[in-house]
Amino acid sequence: MVQTAFDTEPSHGTKSERDIYLSAFRFMLLARMLDDKFAALYRANKIHGGVFLGRGQEALSAALGVSLQKGDVFAPLIRDAAGRLAFGETILDAVRTYLGSPLGPMRGRDGNVHRGSPHDGLLPMISHLSAMISVVNGILFARRFQKKFGTVGATCIGDGATSTGSFHEAINQAAVEKLPLVLVIADNQYAYSTPTSRQFACVSLADKAAGYGVDVHTLDGTDFAACIKIVGQAVSRARQGGGPQLVVANLLRLCGHGEHDPADYVDPKLKKSQLGRDCLKVAEDFLLRQKWITASQIAGVREEIVHEIETAVAQVQREPDPDPFVEEWRAIASQHLSEGHAEH
Amino acid sequence: MSLTYIEAIREAQARALRDDPRVFIYGQDVGSFGGAFKATKNLAVEFPGRVLDSPISEDAMMGMAVGAAIEGMRPIIEMQFADFSLVGFNQIVNQAGTLFWRTNVSCPITVRLPFGGTSGSGPFHSQCIEAIYAHYPGLIVLTPATVEDAYSMLLEAVALDDPVIFCEHKFLYRHLKAEKLPDEALPIGKARIAREGRDLTIVTYSAMVHEALEAAKELSSEGWEIEVVDLRSVKPLDTDTIVASVARTGKLLCVGEAWPWGGVTAEVISRVTAEGFGLLDAPPQRLNAKDTPVPYHPNLWAAHRPTARSVAAAARGLLRQ
Repeated sequence: MVQTAFDTEPSHGTKSERDIYLSAFRFMLLARMLDDKFAALYRANKIHGGVFLGRGQEALSAALGVSLQKGDVFAPLIRDAAGRLAFGETILDAVRTYLGSPLGPMRGRDGNVHRGSPHDGLLPMISHLSAMISVVNGILFARRFQKKFGTVGATCIGDGATSTGSFHEAINQAAVEKLPLVLVIADNQYAYSTPTSRQFACVSLADKAAGYGVDVHTLDGTDFAACIKIVGQAVSRARQGGGPQLVVANLLRLCGHGEHDPADYVDPKLKKSQLGRDCLKVAEDFLLRQKWITASQIAGVREEIVHEIETAVAQVQREPDPDPFVEEWRAIASQHLSEGHAEH
Repeated sequence: MSLTYIEAIREAQARALRDDPRVFIYGQDVGSFGGAFKATKNLAVEFPGRVLDSPISEDAMMGMAVGAAIEGMRPIIEMQFADFSLVGFNQIVNQAGTLFWRTNVSCPITVRLPFGGTSGSGPFHSQCIEAIYAHYPGLIVLTPATVEDAYSMLLEAVALDDPVIFCEHKFLYRHLKAEKLPDEALPIGKARIAREGRDLTIVTYSAMVHEALEAAKELSSEGWEIEVVDLRSVKPLDTDTIVASVARTGKLLCVGEAWPWGGVTAEVISRVTAEGFGLLDAPPQRLNAKDTPVPYHPNLWAAHRPTARSVAAAARGLLRQ
């Protein structure tokens, strides 16, 4: 489905290279439009709780998603709609989780960006930053026990998460065990409202890699082509046995922390700088320049995506809400050991 | 052949490793050194590649265990001291404890916590933190008081499909001995009547079972027959066995080595008053440690936690009512 909209133009690059770029672009566009839909639903009071967007981070996230393969593990963070979709999450799963449908993967028990399917390699994040890194380590560690080789684990964090103890413990653990981990840091200049000057004192977060003894890759996260190339290289290197790979991308969050946040603290100078570019526009210009796509084809893809999103939202809005009277109020798998207070 | 409590824990781990290829042990100094308390002595040699030293990273140790459990393994995590598990608390309660509820994917992990006071150990190597784990949904919390239970409950813990907080008492490690390992045992979730009696029920767990039994012996010489209930598992809590005992005696004293605010003893009293109020002939009482950090000097430590003497004194007060 991804390819059909793009297959008509002659390619300057190899077929596979062009396909990767076009596929990533489509996921970026899909993520942006899905995020916009969630923002609209939020403003219409149709969503319980917060909405968290990935605006400005789609190139980095999609680049990671298209670099991963079936069988890999991915633990995305809150601004990774593009990467999730590229990794295989469906629009329906995303919509069902935001709207709390019992038919979604989290069944109304958890919401918004806290979604995934562990046995499909997509881990549902908890809210504590950097807490997913060591969980990815554990899956990779288990696969080594099981003599399953060739897969990688990837996870994303922001600049703020690098200040946590969990980050330090987990990247060190991955380095000690030489695990095929790809840890992507989106340094988007603010952790909620806190600027990087109040978050860390090193010149670049890439400086941290030397202390852990891991490879590092730095890039301009607004540069679509650089994202595809460099993130792809990091994933390949992990897959080939190069140990943990740290990817540090500089970019700017082009939205609030959540949709409740007007983000008026963002320095206007940053918005006007190279970091403030919209990666989606950069990607579009790049593909048009390469003549890998035409403006009318992009318009066609947008129409396709609108239809996909509207269909999914309409379907989920007709689904039943979770029913507390049929809910199984049990937090452990061992049914015989459940205390069953709810029955009292 | 006689075995200590810590040797039973070592034997249970050896058997789990032998019987199930999904089991591995991960913790600080557990490899060739054999663990700070020697609970993994020689296991790294007997089971190459399956008993692994971790960095001093309780958070990452637990995160690693959750990932491995998702992938079908059955990790045993040794926290060097229960007190240090608090560094990994977030991963235990928010990651391991929520996984099944959120995703329907089970999370079989056994977290071994060497816990409880020993003389001279001070504020950071003595804590009893079973209640804070029991407070969170999604975890099973075990407190074996005997060599036999240490062995059989640890084996059962590893076989369960849930995260289990296995509280093994350091004071019992070398004090307790048994002639042989048990062939059968009460299942997890069932309390044990450690001593039968008719005048008063003492509900307790872990090392305090032995203080209560000693107190019961002392009171027996004064003509009182005390029933001692060993909870074995604090979550789930075997309310039925407790209430049945109170039905026989009419009086309840709950003893715990943990701090007094809230906790297991408060939970037991709350349940008995809710479910068996009419069975009580006197207000139920609790005896806990003092509400300060655990002291270092033996004189202070002996006064800080309940002992056979203070348990007997509390029981006498209740028996006279």
